[in-house]
Amino acid sequence: MPVSGADEPARLRRVTRTGETDGDGDRNGNGGAEMIRVEGLHKRYQADGPEAVGGVDFVVARGEIFGLLGPNGAGKTTTIGTMTTRVKPTGGRVLVDGIDVVKDPVAVKQRIAVVPQMSNLDRTLTALENLTFHAAYFGSPRRDRRKRALELLDRFGLGGRGSDKVNKYSGGMAQRLMIARALMHQPKLLVLDEPTTGLDPQSRLFLWERIVELRELGTTLLLTTHDMLEADRLCDRIAIMDHGQVIANDTPRGLRRLLPAEQGLELLLESPTDPVGRFEQRADVDRASSTDAGDGRWQVRLYGGGDRLPDAALAVTREPGGPTLAEMRRIAGTLEDVFVHLTGRDLR
Amino acid sequence: MKLGVRSQAFVALCERDLWVTVRHEPVGFLAQSLLQPLFFLFVFGRVLPEIGQARGAYGAQLMPGVIALTVVLTALQNTALPLVIEFSFTKEIEDRLLAPLATWAVAIQKMVIAAFRGMISGVLILPLASVVLPGGINLGGASVGAFVVILVLGALAGAAMGLVLGTAVPPNRISVAFAIVLTPLIFTGATFYPWASLARLQWFQIVTLFNPLTYVSEGMRASLTTLPHLRAGWIGVGVVVALAIFTLLGVRGFVRRAVD
Repeated sequence: MPVSGADEPARLRRVTRTGETDGDGDRNGNGGAEMIRVEGLHKRYQADGPEAVGGVDFVVARGEIFGLLGPNGAGKTTTIGTMTTRVKPTGGRVLVDGIDVVKDPVAVKQRIAVVPQMSNLDRTLTALENLTFHAAYFGSPRRDRRKRALELLDRFGLGGRGSDKVNKYSGGMAQRLMIARALMHQPKLLVLDEPTTGLDPQSRLFLWERIVELRELGTTLLLTTHDMLEADRLCDRIAIMDHGQVIANDTPRGLRRLLPAEQGLELLLESPTDPVGRFEQRADVDRASSTDAGDGRWQVRLYGGGDRLPDAALAVTREPGGPTLAEMRRIAGTLEDVFVHLTGRDLR
Repeated sequence: MKLGVRSQAFVALCERDLWVTVRHEPVGFLAQSLLQPLFFLFVFGRVLPEIGQARGAYGAQLMPGVIALTVVLTALQNTALPLVIEFSFTKEIEDRLLAPLATWAVAIQKMVIAAFRGMISGVLILPLASVVLPGGINLGGASVGAFVVILVLGALAGAAMGLVLGTAVPPNRISVAFAIVLTPLIFTGATFYPWASLARLQWFQIVTLFNPLTYVSEGMRASLTTLPHLRAGWIGVGVVVALAIFTLLGVRGFVRRAVD
């Protein structure tokens, strides 16, 4: 743990004792082992417009970190918008803790907390007041609010900065304060929309640690991201979204298994014309595909059994008039590769 | 008494707003709501009579209208401006929308606080006028009950108008919208003269009946002075109808902005 101090585990235990997770009766779930159930979710913002989400189904189990992964415009934010009661589905249903978000939005709001992409902190208030008033909205008694707020400020590295106005906060501090605020009313489900976009590496690591810590304390986490590494590192399960649909939903390891069993090789080649034909002709290459990388460069993917691929690739570059090799790497089974495999294009 | 989850959230939202008014922006609030009426009272009620451009008693006639104007405008601005800013720039509204109460209740809460601010400013005009106006103020024959009723209803109506404005107008046009709405509102609201005195300008007299402020001004006149005014029944109908229509439209606009 490069960022947090050595006393971290002790702090965790203390927080657990003060009741981080579901404890009291009325907060006990009625969704059984499921925290979220999304069934046939459709959303169209304008009657004659395109569907932002077109038939999404998935289930998030209690206590897991679930990731919605996909490029911008894939429908991730719309999907979580329905769970946070800010987007009304045009079809299907969404249950949070067993409660229909359309039928009883207030009960859902009591169970969730949301950390948005952009700061929506109360700029007229100090950091501490941001936390205490938020807790007041959820009916937390005055003395508890203050105690918990100070505790959370500490935990998120903002101890001593409680009386600052939040407009003095940097992006990373604002992000941490928003998470602290979200935890003030002890939500069962924490929704994080692109939590680390725009953060420096250190803040990102710090946040990842806090997220994992929350799961250990029993909170269910749903996060959206277009960062493959983040999804891979954090999530117990990932739904990959594209064009308003879930195109795969599994553990990171399970998703990697979607990649073809054969070996893959990715080449970056310089060539005036598409060189893919030269590879397709070879008996030691089962499949080849290419995309124009611009500037006279081509990205070529080769698939085949055994260890023959690198030799095949080098052989082609030695052919008369053959392409020049700029880069070669094994398709090692990153989530990025899974995404490319499923959609035929890069995430960004 | 133990409050329900929703009422508790409603009260807490009010607490936050009152805290901000008192603790973080008292000067801004007072300046925003009292500076304009102060100058109206000073220029129309003191300067004009002193330089012989108006009758000496004009100030006393003016005060009820200035109170009405202050109450309605303060309430209006205290819903419209924050809503525009919170929905589009600071997104501060989001934390309220996630509080455990219905979306429409968040809109009503905004109205209640804005109306409260309007009422405070309206009441503060009384001591202000007693200092600024040459003859002070004379509240003999004033009806406190009627004053409170018109103060509350007028402030709520102003807040409801602000709710409509703040949710219906796109943020990049808000300054234009304010100019287009506020100026006619101020000058057709029977603020600076009793409505009855417009009899010789009948078309204008009729126009002013479409301005909710007219009923609040006349209500203030009725409750605080012995000046001629609209019949109490008409004042009541005017204010209540305006309040109902604008609340309905405003809450609908708010819910549309809040939930996609």
